[in-house]
Amino acid sequence: MNFTLKIWRQKSRTDEGKLVTYTVRDISPDASFLEMLDILNETLVRRGEEPVAFDHDCREGICGSCGLMIEGRAHGPHRGSATCELRMRSFEDDDTITVEPWRARPFPIIKDLVVDRTAFDRIMAAGGYVSVKTGQAPDANAIPVPKHCAEKAMDAAVCIGCGACVATCPNGSAMLFVAAKVSQLALLPQGHAERKERVGRMLAQMDAEGFGACSNTYACEAECPKQISVEHIARLNREFIRAKVS
Amino acid sequence: MTLDAKIPSGPIEKKWDTHRFNIKLVNAANKRKYTVIVVGTGLAGASAAASLGELGYNVISLCYHESPRRAHSIAAQGGINAPKNYTNDGDSIYRLFYDTLKGGDYRAREANVYRLAQVSGNIIDQCVAQGVPFGREYGGLLDNRSFGGAQVSRTFYARGQTGQQLLLGAYSALSRQIDAGKVKFYPRREMLDLIVSDGQARGIVARDLVGGDLEVYLAHAVVLATGGYANTFYLSTMAKASNATAIWRAYKRGALFANPCFTQIHPTCIPQSGPYQSKLTLMSESLRNDGRIWVPKKKGDDRNPGDIPEAERDYYLERLYPSFGNLVPRDVASRRAKEMCDNGFGVGPTKLAVYLDFADAINRNGKKWIQEKYGNLFDMYHEITAEDPYKTPMRIYPAVHYTMGGLWVDYNLMSTIPGLYVIGEANFSDHGANRLGASALMQGLADGYFILPYTIGDYLATAAFKPMQDADKAVKEARDATQARIARLLAVKGKRTPDDFHKALGQIMWNNVGMGRNKKRLTEAIKQIVALREEFWRDVNVVGGPNDFNSELERAGRIADFLELGELLARDALHRNESCGGHFREEYQTEDGEAKRDDKKFAYVAAWGYAGEGKTPVLHKEPLTFEYVKPSQRSYK
Ligand SMILES: Cc1cc2nc3c(=O)[nH]c(=O)nc-3n(C[C@H](O)[C@H](O)[C@H](O)COP(=O)(O)OP(=O)(O)OC[C@H]3O[C@@H](n4cnc5c(N)ncnc54)[C@H](O)[C@@H]3O)c2cc1C
Ligand code: SF4
Ligand code: FES
Repeated sequence: MNFTLKIWRQKSRTDEGKLVTYTVRDISPDASFLEMLDILNETLVRRGEEPVAFDHDCREGICGSCGLMIEGRAHGPHRGSATCELRMRSFEDDDTITVEPWRARPFPIIKDLVVDRTAFDRIMAAGGYVSVKTGQAPDANAIPVPKHCAEKAMDAAVCIGCGACVATCPNGSAMLFVAAKVSQLALLPQGHAERKERVGRMLAQMDAEGFGACSNTYACEAECPKQISVEHIARLNREFIRAKVS
Repeated sequence: MTLDAKIPSGPIEKKWDTHRFNIKLVNAANKRKYTVIVVGTGLAGASAAASLGELGYNVISLCYHESPRRAHSIAAQGGINAPKNYTNDGDSIYRLFYDTLKGGDYRAREANVYRLAQVSGNIIDQCVAQGVPFGREYGGLLDNRSFGGAQVSRTFYARGQTGQQLLLGAYSALSRQIDAGKVKFYPRREMLDLIVSDGQARGIVARDLVGGDLEVYLAHAVVLATGGYANTFYLSTMAKASNATAIWRAYKRGALFANPCFTQIHPTCIPQSGPYQSKLTLMSESLRNDGRIWVPKKKGDDRNPGDIPEAERDYYLERLYPSFGNLVPRDVASRRAKEMCDNGFGVGPTKLAVYLDFADAINRNGKKWIQEKYGNLFDMYHEITAEDPYKTPMRIYPAVHYTMGGLWVDYNLMSTIPGLYVIGEANFSDHGANRLGASALMQGLADGYFILPYTIGDYLATAAFKPMQDADKAVKEARDATQARIARLLAVKGKRTPDDFHKALGQIMWNNVGMGRNKKRLTEAIKQIVALREEFWRDVNVVGGPNDFNSELERAGRIADFLELGELLARDALHRNESCGGHFREEYQTEDGEAKRDDKKFAYVAAWGYAGEGKTPVLHKEPLTFEYVKPSQRSYK
């Protein structure tokens, strides 16, 4: 298959970027989107040009490193998968494909398609944990957790921290990401002791990082590679109210 | 050099307790006077950094990823072992110890393996307390499954994403210490050298991958938790960036490298589909619990799998190993798959695949049951191959997956450089010549949560430290050497891309140092690697500059190290004239094609020391003695 690519190139955080057009030929439909970019990059390097910088690592949809706006959609046209899981058979031969980085104020561009998502780590450090030291834990079966609660908690816990929800949200809100963690820990007895503080602190940090507010457009759920449900945002809201009134 | 593993005396079940009593403690108020660097934030690194922070040490944590949560551990699928015996099927610490030692084909230390089995139960407790949503039964208690090579159900799992959930647990503990100010975390930093001063590990040189600056971090001890080196083979199930640079640099500074040839080939991976392939994807081995492996009985049978009647299928693992069947250890399953394909029974377009079939399990338990257990793996397979494994069997083929070898460490997890500790997949410690499924997560977390935090205290409490400054000779030397190396890579300005060299190395490794090895091919491989390395330094083209975000430069540095490590791996394989676990030397096999160990000559750890540029590395041997489990020929018949 052959493609025309329009890729965002930007030398550094402060540089002004622009879309640059490239072509790639003879791509196997079974190649992944990132393998297609590898092929482009090898060609560029052979010509002595700098390759397109993009983040990636596991290439199986779990590390959350990759994240590209492909034709204006976070992680591309496929629902429920990350950029690295996308195969070229999802496109038509001779398609023109525009590739851009996540765009959100709290995710400054480092280079080309690579952005800085460390704001997510700072939100997690603001209470996205259970305070238990190594060695303090009781026997694992001491606290039974109903299966449906454990399963629901797991549905939220699968978040890979990719940032697609933010990139998709018209307000640049990180609500789905924050809700996934708050909800996971609210659903489990282990998380209950700190639930009040947790929701408040994490939301405050989200604001401090410059993420926008959630206005319930639910665009995030549609583009989340792990299909995390906005139901968790509702649970976060309940947690927040509960923390205020009690 | 005599290698002292510092194994405590006394009966095996008391060793760890006795040792913990005998080692020196750092007084609570004094802990904050010590700084420890932890390189890597996978399961081993994140759990160690968090636990050390909780104890009161000052911790510097760094990794080349953007966030601790992106470490390669995140990709582990199947599960984590612990002998909780919640299923009442006869499990015990001793049985896990025995299974691990036997599974490793008697090439690991008894004392280490026993301790691993002992602390593994605490890991599950710890993770549950952190909020890790393990799979549960309807009564609300934890569920277990059986996993590769074990006859008891001792594996805890979180769907097919156990590594992710465990890492997020360790990351949350780490985040808590970052929040508390006890851990300082630096993302996108790559360690490029170890600083050894007066014989002690006292710091590292790292490159800031965003701006390219070389930075020096100084401390009282350094912990490497930098993962395995399976990417020496180019195609593996490892994450793309996984590399050996940290341990290789430490090797060149004097740490010994143990059993480099002990690499694991995983039997159930999605077969390669073309030359553009950048990595291989594992299909968790838990699938072997419910999937049946087969090939057509007729060579070159091109019919659709569904059209091949039951009687014309060869369920070869069930046939060859009636008691373990599809659950034989990985090395056995991989070798048999290769044999089937080499003999012309392979399936699929490349004929380098065997079937993994779920039809029976679906008929027995229903599609929903399978979906609940393996849904994400089936989706992943579908996504990659465009085939629906609910309807047609998966095609699988072995791929390089894990490295049992690594830096040599003693019972305290300290390398041969005082003050340099190595944990997780980066060390060689517990898996011998073959690792059992669900035991790497266990080992990484055992090292990080429950072993290192004690043993490092002994060193800090007893060693003498002189003050270190940036201006010290050892610091300057390491920084200058790193700078010179980067300059050298950029100066070659040849014609071939770094990736080109990596692929070429991978070909040599897979063809000659992969599943079947022999003297002739290994000797040839060493020559080829040396030649390729020389060509690399003559003809590589690294574009971009040193003071920039430059992924080509990062990659080139890592490949340069793989080109050296690959040679050591082949040398080690050549010297070990026996077959054991994942190391299969074709000259040494029993009549029915099983690995033939030579305990008289090779019951030792091969620990290699760096002898200088272009010199043959020096072999040191740590004899292995077995007081509790008598080595026997492994049998899974
Ligand atoms: C696909 C797959 C599935 C698996 N499934 C299972 C399973 O089900 N059960 C099981 O027990 N095991 C499994 N394993 C094995 C297991 O996941 C790994 O062995 C284990 O996670 C390794 O953990 P680690 O902490 O040692 O290293 P890693 O998780 O690899 O972490 C390495 C860390 O070091 C950092 N680093 C490395 N080098 C440098 C450097 N030079 N400078 C700075 N930072 C550096 C990295 O950034 C990273 O943070 C699986 C492995 C794979 C590949
Ligand atoms: S909620 Fe979904 S889109 Fe947002 S970071 Fe998590 S996985 Fe990515
Ligand atoms: S590269 Fe890991 S999620 Fe895509």
